[in-house]
Amino acid sequence: MAQPQMRRATESGVPDNRQFLHPLLKKNYGNWKYHDRPRPGVLHHVSHSGDEVWSVRAGTQRQMDVSTIRKLCDIADQYAEGHVRFTIRSNIEFMVSSAAKVAPLIAELEKSGFPVGGTGNSVSMIAHTQGWLHCDIPGTDASGVVKALMDELYDEFRREDMPNRVHLSTSCCEINCGGQADIAIIVQHTKPPKINHDLVANVCERPAVVARCPVAAIRPALVNGKPSLEVDEKKCICCGACYPPCPPMQINDPEHSKLAIWVGGKNSNARAKPTFMKMVAAGLPNNPPRWPEVSEAVKGILYAYKADARPWERLSDWIDRIGWPRFFERTELPFTKYLIDDWRGARANLNASTHIRF
Amino acid sequence: MAKEMHPTPMLDQLESGPWPSFVTGLKRLAKDKDYVVDLMGQLEHSYKTRKGYWKGGTVGVFGYGGGVIPRFTEAKDANNKPMFPDAAEFHTLRVMPPAGMHYNTDVLRKMADIWERHGSGLIAFHGQSGDIMFQGVTSENVQPAFDAINELGFDLGGAGPAVRTSMSCVGAARCEQSCYDEATAHRTVINSFLDDIHRPSLPYKFKFKFSGCPNDCMNSIQRADMAVIGTWRDNIRTDEELARKWFAKHGMNELVNDVVARCPTKAIQLKEVKHLKAVPTVSTVAVSDTHGLEIDNRDCVRCMHCINVMTGALAPGKDKGATVLVGGKRTLKIGDLMGTVVVPFMKLETDKDREKLVELGQKVIDFFAENALEHERTGEMIERIGIVNFLEALEIPIDANMVSAPRTNPYVRMDGWDEEVAKIKAAKMVA
Repeated sequence: MAQPQMRRATESGVPDNRQFLHPLLKKNYGNWKYHDRPRPGVLHHVSHSGDEVWSVRAGTQRQMDVSTIRKLCDIADQYAEGHVRFTIRSNIEFMVSSAAKVAPLIAELEKSGFPVGGTGNSVSMIAHTQGWLHCDIPGTDASGVVKALMDELYDEFRREDMPNRVHLSTSCCEINCGGQADIAIIVQHTKPPKINHDLVANVCERPAVVARCPVAAIRPALVNGKPSLEVDEKKCICCGACYPPCPPMQINDPEHSKLAIWVGGKNSNARAKPTFMKMVAAGLPNNPPRWPEVSEAVKGILYAYKADARPWERLSDWIDRIGWPRFFERTELPFTKYLIDDWRGARANLNASTHIRF
Repeated sequence: MAKEMHPTPMLDQLESGPWPSFVTGLKRLAKDKDYVVDLMGQLEHSYKTRKGYWKGGTVGVFGYGGGVIPRFTEAKDANNKPMFPDAAEFHTLRVMPPAGMHYNTDVLRKMADIWERHGSGLIAFHGQSGDIMFQGVTSENVQPAFDAINELGFDLGGAGPAVRTSMSCVGAARCEQSCYDEATAHRTVINSFLDDIHRPSLPYKFKFKFSGCPNDCMNSIQRADMAVIGTWRDNIRTDEELARKWFAKHGMNELVNDVVARCPTKAIQLKEVKHLKAVPTVSTVAVSDTHGLEIDNRDCVRCMHCINVMTGALAPGKDKGATVLVGGKRTLKIGDLMGTVVVPFMKLETDKDREKLVELGQKVIDFFAENALEHERTGEMIERIGIVNFLEALEIPIDANMVSAPRTNPYVRMDGWDEEVAKIKAAKMVA
């Protein structure tokens, strides 16, 4: 039988964004002078040419059904000028050429359920992953955790009341697709993988799985006469690295896959160099549909920071000033032995000085 | 009308509360699509049992080896039959966004129409790699869905051991801090590596990201194998009118505590106007009739803080370009790595400049393809072989801007020292 004629792809790559730019953005490309924020959720950019553009930013659920997309398009056509963009945190921005269009646009967005905010010193939308909805290795959900937490932080998204901007992320496994953030929620497994020895030989490329383990805890073995893999459970750090290349090594566990909280990640070079976040809490239950224990922990840290940090201090800047002992005191989080680093380079995280705040 | 909904008591709880609800969106889709009815059934099952039920596989489009994320259900009953058969296949198409993620409503509506016809109707703007994620399509519909998206002028992104989809910030289109044409650099670089995107054959993933200034809104330093971050070499620019306006609004306490004291290298001093230095490498600006700021640009590390606080009053210089850093990644396998400086500064103004950036990317990718172990990222490879070996192989001259500090141990064989010194002296003579 003849193969059906297949359409050959046009390898067009990244499309030219000029076809989508708002006319004022196109006209003033590379010629902007400064911006200010007339109110939370609104950016006002002024060009060297004297042109001005207002951008109204609103939160979305990121995972959008087509009616939501069409609704946003209707708003963009009726109340804005037909051009939008998305931020890296899945907020949508509507560009308009006159200040008079801002208030009606905001009113329509909020009436339609899209909160306006996420600018300046707000808590912006959470950078997140796929979770149970679509990922093949998730320890928890993503969209649900984010929805639950953003419900709680709704007012902080719409205000600019924080000392500096606050970026949050969530990740459904230790790979941490959500990325570095001021406060991050990441799955932390606490038990070694459970191996289905019937399937390993057929499903997994065993040497590749052995090589994937960061602590060399996996070795080939013959189990019940079948070639399989075994894990030295004393060595295993329960990271889950073996699970993606070998699904029969199930790492996710409804009870023992917990959630950990990390703080102080910063990508910007502003003030201090970019920083990695540090683990400050763990053992929180994976508790759908609203993960209340996680929300409480995140809010505890967030409001301690809000109460105590000085203007322009990101969470990491605040901790640099007050020190870790006071961070744990202020947030009432227990500092346990598990929070002392013993991975490579760990000595750099010890206090090699007499710098101690009393 | 679709079939009857599965009970979803847990997901239903995510419809209340003020934040936009993805569950409400899914329910809208489920009214017409059995596909989404069963998707919600499986998601509720995950919520109940606290486990995921998707496995990967092999699904693609004609001519490409990547760009589709295959998902087959593992929620099976006692007879090994899918519990939610209409959603047994739920693949995602990763589609590359335009630079800066700009759209008009016309193209968004067309995307929605395509996905309503061929897929689940669920689209994520955007995934963590920057892709538009067209989520949920059967194996059969992958090709027609892609054909329609491709006809619209969009192309699949990367997945697996490939060059991945890239992101760039809003940049020159709407930001005064932009230090190069991010969109053109992004598009030029990525479209030079389409074969490595569409036909995965590298040791592991390779990501480029483009941020227009050191605020790094694209998080490139920790997410990209090759981060291109805008910067400038000359003096910070000043605007007295805006500086006075800022000071009138914010006052001396904020100027001292939030601007001067927060400079990481103490490059800024507060001075009386009559004592402001007129020196070529120093930027000065009066904020009032009596006081002004003096910035020694040779000490400035271009962190952006003062410019962020006093935007417009202070601005990046005119001799703009980018710093290129290599090796950023997250946890697996050796722990987090930030990208580190490989090219302290390069101009990115002309096509020729951008061609040099493409050449650098090509050299890094070629070396990575030849030398990285399977499933090893560039940062891990460099950690294993040492950055000097990496730089020498790429014929990139070493530079003191590449380190935080010189070595703190004597454990190195140094019998080539005199030759290295001679080489550096000879290079200086030529320059």
